[in-house]
Amino acid sequence: MTKTLSPALEISGLIKDVGPLPAMDGRMKRIVSNISLKAHFGAVTALLGANGAGKTTTIECAQGLQQRTGGHISLLGHDPQHASADLRARVGVMLQDGGLPPAARPIALLRHVASLYANPLSVDALVERLGIGEFSDTNIRRLSGGQKQRVALAASLLGNPEVLFLDEPSAGLDPQSRLMVFELIRELRDSGKAIILTTHLLDDAQRLADYVYIVDKGESVAQGTVQELLEHSTSAQKHRVMTFETTAGLALSALQRPGLACTETRPGSYSIAGGLQPDDLARFGSWCVAHQVMPTAVHLASQSLEDVFLAISNGARETASAEPTSSNTETMGIS
Amino acid sequence: MLFHDAPAGQAASLTSRILNQGKYEAATMLRNGEQLVLMVVMPLLGLVALVATPLLDGMGHPRVAIAAPGILALCALSTAFTGQGIATGFDRRYGVLRFLSTTPLGKAGLIAGKVLAVLVALALQVALISMVAVFMGWRPPLAGVLLGIPLLVLGAAAFTALGLLIAGTVRPEATLAITNLGWILFAALGGIVLPAGKFSSALEGFVQWLPSGALGNLMRAALIDSRLDVWGLIVLLAWAAVASFAAVKWFKWN
Repeated sequence: MTKTLSPALEISGLIKDVGPLPAMDGRMKRIVSNISLKAHFGAVTALLGANGAGKTTTIECAQGLQQRTGGHISLLGHDPQHASADLRARVGVMLQDGGLPPAARPIALLRHVASLYANPLSVDALVERLGIGEFSDTNIRRLSGGQKQRVALAASLLGNPEVLFLDEPSAGLDPQSRLMVFELIRELRDSGKAIILTTHLLDDAQRLADYVYIVDKGESVAQGTVQELLEHSTSAQKHRVMTFETTAGLALSALQRPGLACTETRPGSYSIAGGLQPDDLARFGSWCVAHQVMPTAVHLASQSLEDVFLAISNGARETASAEPTSSNTETMGIS
Repeated sequence: MLFHDAPAGQAASLTSRILNQGKYEAATMLRNGEQLVLMVVMPLLGLVALVATPLLDGMGHPRVAIAAPGILALCALSTAFTGQGIATGFDRRYGVLRFLSTTPLGKAGLIAGKVLAVLVALALQVALISMVAVFMGWRPPLAGVLLGIPLLVLGAAAFTALGLLIAGTVRPEATLAITNLGWILFAALGGIVLPAGKFSSALEGFVQWLPSGALGNLMRAALIDSRLDVWGLIVLLAWAAVASFAAVKWFKWN
C-alpha cells in the first residue's frame, strides 16, 4: 500500500438519516451513525458487514448518489456531493442492482457508455477479458446474474478509473465468473487503482481485501488488514478447531485440559476447540492408540475472519442485550 | 495489461456527452415496438379517421386543415409525455438513472439527453405525419408553419416535464397507467386533437386551461390562420414552468 500518498477516499464521521418514515410516525431513521474510513491507491478496501449494516449507503454517499446528513467525504480531494464531470470520469461505479437497461444488448450499451469518455478503454478488449462475447447478442433482461454482473463491471471500467466502487461484486456469480472477476480486481489493484468494495461475504473479504472495515449497525466497529484482524481479535486469540469422526461415544477425558473444549458434537463426530498446541496433537495420537481407532475426516482449521466478525458483532450485540447468539458461536471460542 | 498503460479517465466534452445520450435514447425509443405504435401508428390512424369521417365538417375549413395541427400536437403528447415518462420510470426502477448519473454524463446531461431524444423522435414524427397530411391535401400557410414549430417544441417541453415529474415520483407501473390513461383522456377529451368547442361550451371553458387544450388551440390557430393564440401560449408556458419546477424539486433518482 502506498500509505505516503493521500488516500483516494477519506470518510470521517459519516452520518446519514433517511425518511421521514411513515412506519416510524414520520420520524427520520439514522442508518449510518458514525463511519470513518480511508481507501488508498493500489489497495482493495472492503466494507464488511451484514445486510442492512449501512455499507451501500456509505459508498453511495461517497459516490455522490446520496446526500449525507453529516460528516466529511473527500474523493480524490473533492466533495463528491458536487462532483464535476471530470471527477466522475476518474471514478468507476458498479451498483448493487447493476443499473443496466434491460432492453439493451451488452456491447451496444458498453459502446454507448464508452462514448461518454474522451479516451475510453477498448470495448472489445474488456468484452474479451470478461468473457462477454459469448452472450453479446442477448438482451440484458435475459442474462444470468453473473453475466449481468460482468457487464456492469465492464461498464464501470470503461473510463479506466483511478477509483473503483464495487457494491457486492460477487453477488450472483457462478464459481467460474467469480474467479474471473476476482482475478481482474487483483489486476486492477496491482495497476495502482483504489478499489472500494462492499461485501457481506467473509470469504470475499479474506480473499480480496488488503484492508477491511467491519461495519455494524451504521458504525465502523473494527478495522485492519485481514492479518491484523485475525491476530488482534482478543476473545479468540490463537483459536483453532480440530474436528474428526470415529466410533461414537468415546471418552474424551484424556484429551481434556484447561483452555480446550472437547465435545462430541453428534454421535461419532468430535471437536476440540481452543488454543491447540503440538502437544495436544501428540496426546490426540496416543488417544487414538489407546482406543484402537483410526479417525477419518480429520480437519484442523485456524480461526477465520468469520470468527473475528462474529466475535465483534456478537460482542456488540451482547453489550446491547444478553440474548443468545447465532448457531455459529459454538465454533467460536472458549470464553 | 489492459489498464496499466491506458490513460486515466477523462470526460468527453459536454456537447458530445449530450449528443451521444440523445442519440442512444432516441434509438432506444424508435426500436421499441410499443413506443412506435404510440408515436406513429396511433397518430396516423387518427389523421386518417378524421379526414375520412365527417366529424370535422361544418367548421369552416377542410377536414385535413383542422385535423393535421391537432395530430401534430398529439405526437408531442405521445412522445414527450407517455413515451419518455414510461421509459424514464422503468430506467429509474432498474437503477439506470443512478448508474448514468455516476458517469461523466451526470444528472443534468441525462435530462438534456432525454429532451434531445424527444426532439429527434418528434422531428421524425412531424416529417412523416406532415407528408401524409400533404398527400391528403393539407396546404398550411408558410407563416403558420414557422410559428407552429416553436410552439410544438414548447408543447414537447411542457409534456416532457410532466412525464418526468410522474416518472420520478411514483412507481413505474403507476407511471405506465397514469401516462397511458392521460394520453387517452387528453387525446379524446383534452382538446388536443378535436377542438373542445365540438362537444360543449362548458367543456371548452375547462379544456383551455389544460396543456393539451392549450397546445391544440395554439397549433390550430397557427397552422390554419397563421395566428398566435396568446391565451394558449400563456397557459402552456405556465404548465411548462410549473411542471419543470416540480420535477426538479420532487424527482427521485432511486
